Amino acid sequence: MNLAEGVQLVSLIILSVMLLGSALGVVLFENIVYSAFTLCAVFISIAGLYILLNADFVSAAQILIYVGAVNVLILFAIMLVNKTEAFTPLPRRWIRKVSTAFVSLALFTLLATMVLQTNWAVDLTLPAPASSVETIGIHFFTDYLLPFELASILLLMALVGAVVLARKESFVGEETAIVGEDPPPVLELPERPKQPIA
Amino acid sequence: MNLEFFLLLAAALFCIGIYGLVTSRNAVKVLMSVELLLNAVNINLVAFSNFIDGQNINGQVFTVFVITIAAAEAAVGLAIILSIYRNRDTVDMEQFNLLKW
Repeated sequence: MNLAEGVQLVSLIILSVMLLGSALGVVLFENIVYSAFTLCAVFISIAGLYILLNADFVSAAQILIYVGAVNVLILFAIMLVNKTEAFTPLPRRWIRKVSTAFVSLALFTLLATMVLQTNWAVDLTLPAPASSVETIGIHFFTDYLLPFELASILLLMALVGAVVLARKESFVGEETAIVGEDPPPVLELPERPKQPIA
Repeated sequence: MNLEFFLLLAAALFCIGIYGLVTSRNAVKVLMSVELLLNAVNINLVAFSNFIDGQNINGQVFTVFVITIAAAEAAVGLAIILSIYRNRDTVDMEQFNLLKW
């Protein structure tokens, strides 16, 4: 095994261990902030795996979009719903955890059996394209033009939908302030009561 | 560094995501588990594109679309959770039981 293959193998082992460890951390930590930060480690290790798979553009997109946007969004959402409540413990909750773990393990066994028994038509003689960005760009504008345009419309819909869902409620027909009386109470959000400025 | 290793890795990540999806009590953690599921699918796609489709990398194009859709879905999902939190003052999944018979 020469140096390149050795580096590949060591990187692969380190990234796989990091990936599976962080994924277990995401689902097993009780503190939601720990889960969010371990999710960041999951995304970074997946980006490393993409580099090992000759997918340089997808790796950069993964870091930009997932770590940079999605993870930050999740952290902001955790901050906004950060009510430190201890969930009322349910009796016999361990039954759900054990049965879900069993089902997950069974599903993994099924998938692993299928993966190891199938005769995959691996063709390693084809060289990777010189620039994957160029090839992906050509695909976006020739083969996959319609999904590309539909994805942009879907992003527009998601943007409008998220803004509509998350904006502060404002009710029409609220009574206006009468001079000499107390002003009507300002609408409060459960995340943060309105502080009067100065 | 063969195809089966990456497929097994993706399958393991998918199963961990399913465990988190069913077991989580916090609604935000459910959304994080859904992100794990989508990333497992992405690893599968990129692995196939590398080992089988090395020349025209269709799997990577598909992966870019999945990343886009996952980001949009995370945004809308978190907006829904925020809206529920304003109405119910909790993010406990056990309390969102309006659809229960």
